[in-house]
Amino acid sequence: MAENGIGASVRRKEDNRFLTGKGNYTDDINVVGQTYAYFVRSPYAHANLNSIDTSAASASDGVVAILTGDDLAEDGIGPLICGVNVTSDDGEPHRAPLHPALAQGKVNYVGDHVAVVIAESLAQAKDAAEKVSIDYGVLPAVASTATAAEVNQQQIHDIAPNNMCYNWPFGDKAAVDAVFETAHKISTLDLINNRMVTNPMEPRAAAGEYNSGTEEITLHVTTQNPHVHRLILSAFNQLAPEHKLRVVGPDVGGGFGVKIFVYAEELVVGWACRKLNRPVKWTSDRTEAFLADAHGRDHVATAEMALDDQGKFLAMRVNTTANLGAYLSTFSTMVPSYLYAFLLAGQYTTPLIYSEVKAVFTNTAPVDAARGAGRPEATYLLERLVDVCAEDMGLDPAEIRRRNFIPVEAFPYQTPVVQCYDSGDYPAALEKALQLADYDGFTARAEEAKSRGMLRGIGLSSYVEACGIAPSAAVGQLGAGVGLWESAQVRFNPTGNVQVFTGTHSHGQGHETTFAQLVTEQLGVPIENIEVIHGDTAKTQFGMGTYGSRSLAVGGVAIAKACEKLIEKGKKIAAHALEAAEGDIEFADGDFTVAGTDKAMNIADVAFNAYVPHSYPEGLEPGFDENAFFDPLNFSFPAGTHVCEVEVDPETGEVEIVKYSAVDDFGKLINPMIVEGQVHGGIVHGVGQALLEGCQYDDDGQLITASYMDYAMPRADNVPSFDIDYAPTNPPHNPLGVKGCGEAGAIGAPPAVINAISNALGVKHIDMPATPEAVWRAAQSAA
Amino acid sequence: MQTISMNINGVPVSGEVEDRTLLVQFLRENLRLTGTHVGCDTSQCGACVVHLDGVSVKSCTILAVQSDGCEVTTIEGLANGSHLHPMQQAFKDNHGLQCGFCTPGMVMSAIDIVNRNGCDIDEATVRKELEGNICRCTGYHNIVKSVQAGAKNMGG
Repeated sequence: MAENGIGASVRRKEDNRFLTGKGNYTDDINVVGQTYAYFVRSPYAHANLNSIDTSAASASDGVVAILTGDDLAEDGIGPLICGVNVTSDDGEPHRAPLHPALAQGKVNYVGDHVAVVIAESLAQAKDAAEKVSIDYGVLPAVASTATAAEVNQQQIHDIAPNNMCYNWPFGDKAAVDAVFETAHKISTLDLINNRMVTNPMEPRAAAGEYNSGTEEITLHVTTQNPHVHRLILSAFNQLAPEHKLRVVGPDVGGGFGVKIFVYAEELVVGWACRKLNRPVKWTSDRTEAFLADAHGRDHVATAEMALDDQGKFLAMRVNTTANLGAYLSTFSTMVPSYLYAFLLAGQYTTPLIYSEVKAVFTNTAPVDAARGAGRPEATYLLERLVDVCAEDMGLDPAEIRRRNFIPVEAFPYQTPVVQCYDSGDYPAALEKALQLADYDGFTARAEEAKSRGMLRGIGLSSYVEACGIAPSAAVGQLGAGVGLWESAQVRFNPTGNVQVFTGTHSHGQGHETTFAQLVTEQLGVPIENIEVIHGDTAKTQFGMGTYGSRSLAVGGVAIAKACEKLIEKGKKIAAHALEAAEGDIEFADGDFTVAGTDKAMNIADVAFNAYVPHSYPEGLEPGFDENAFFDPLNFSFPAGTHVCEVEVDPETGEVEIVKYSAVDDFGKLINPMIVEGQVHGGIVHGVGQALLEGCQYDDDGQLITASYMDYAMPRADNVPSFDIDYAPTNPPHNPLGVKGCGEAGAIGAPPAVINAISNALGVKHIDMPATPEAVWRAAQSAA
Repeated sequence: MQTISMNINGVPVSGEVEDRTLLVQFLRENLRLTGTHVGCDTSQCGACVVHLDGVSVKSCTILAVQSDGCEVTTIEGLANGSHLHPMQQAFKDNHGLQCGFCTPGMVMSAIDIVNRNGCDIDEATVRKELEGNICRCTGYHNIVKSVQAGAKNMGG
């Protein structure tokens, strides 16, 4: 292993700038002549927009312009799009209502964009926004997921009868129903997957600047995928041709999915900066983030399992209603369909699965991918149902999982729901996790807790997820508008240092370090001489960005392939310089050597030689700079078992997580320190969903959890420290042997926590978030 | 508009502000000290924590005019050249940050926690004291480790 190479917990290269206040986030960018945008948003969930009077506001101090949906339409900008097709059971594509960036004629959720005020200062923009007079014709609102599609409901979009986006069945219903007819036992569970607001700590922002000389727009934006942003803004929103639009995602303060999407504000800022020929900056405040960021989850489901008399799963039937909000966000349609139903097999050999997903519109903020995206919903449903099965069969939750695990010799394993799992050793992860959690000692601990009047519970969750999004052949078949390969360019400068350009984007994941470790391992260049560059369409070639734990599994492999090309070319150059045959050149630890001799040339010298070539033979090009693209053959399938132990105070309903153990299979770890950090963060995201976070709209569609005063984010004193270990397997199709780790915790944790609480209380189920009030009520009813 | 003066990171500065201007706005907009961040609008997240006369405050919760005549330390004022403050170094050594957005507030709060609680702080105390700072990335595990290690480092 190279020093600082694969497997080393290298301290992060990016940290010094963040620790000294020198990060460069979008709101930190300021340019001469900058103006400030502030959006006038609908206070109503559903209303006709009868008229907008901007005359008083326009006369307000410092106002540069006030723009509305009419101006946008006049300039032919927009509408916003959804890029994934799901075919409904009537054979028609999903219903896609028009989604203008500024409302035209109607508003459909609280926070919907009505107008933008642009002024010399933010305070002036806000002052003027209060003077925009809008005549709303308020309509009844649809706010409930469960009842949105009922026949007598208010219709939100003309093109979507019964507020249905799609009804998407998958699997052989007749075959599944037949198994249920004859099964030994049927276990059933109704559950809600609570709506979450993703809440990266940096609110979204956009800063646009137009150069009238070059006719180029530069848009700095909080994005996880600058090239995808540019493509959509250009090809679908008509903002500017791609070659006249530069999108930069500078330092981005967390994403978790919510910064994948192209939002109204970003499009409007890009458009306005050219229209006004003034730089325009918009930064969301936290209230706006609650109102208008895409939210996550929000399912209502019924799950049923048919079992034989040994507790083997024979068939599963799942009925899900998924709330997509008022409009379709960029990738929304795929989340409760392909990213959800195709993970319902979990770690088990269940031979038959039937799923029906009803995706509905409501007068709430759009819902799209959020850390895990579909996979947490599938895992929560399945792992809760498995615990209900265990209870119904009188089996230990660990034992029923053992009886149903896909055996290690069965990989690659074709599930009944499309996915073919690459590698896994589920029993190994389970047993290791049980040991880490001292599962056998639980009964004694529960007894001891009981003596103090406390209720102890322990819960397991054995999850599998699909990462490394994604093989373009697979996702193309599924209806994605784009294949999700990744690009890399590894460039030596003449003096021997290296710039690595990646199409992925780092917003906390530490790519600048991990990717440099890949390069130092492969090329032997000291890590301090390697710079990883990402996030700027003017610097890097097209790439797909970062989401779905794809950066290393897809982007990392592209980097490795570019390095391989450099080694191959380096051999030719070294052969020429060392006057040897190319076939005699070997490469190791940064040196090209002539086999069997002491003649050698460091890769830095090869680079210099490549830029000052002398009499190169025909066919040998100067330069030392290689591109590679990687399109994986399959998803990767991280998996693991998490064990949560809780203590519940039946008097107050408070839940304390007293121990949390996780054993994950991420394949090979490049930087274990960073991986562990990803697991910690994921777990707490999942614990937040399980215990604290619940996004609530009232019946009128008013968001009643629109600040950190009302929406409980996990804080340091809500969670414990964690015990983390690994049970790695080698995914055969991934050249680096890596799987992805960014979402595992958020997927594994919610069912582990709720299984533990259900166990402690002795109840069948408790919905998330299991707040003290909910737990207290459940404890009272159980007692 | 009012003219205010203060020492920021040891440097005397003055500027004109509206009555409603918050300290964080003065730092970020007037002085371009963008290391201090704004993560919420209800004084909950702690991304904007700075030291005012040696004590941590949320700079979104104090008016710029209230800081007139004060000593202000921001994240930019901690390191000595390229030599990180012991708490900054502890965050780096213990992977106490990911996206970096909450980090300035975390570090400024952490130093104040050590100033008030001494250099040997147990995990429960650190967790309780960090209640006013929200992080979405790290799950707090490594932040808590960082604060404990930084506390020891600060003690020499």
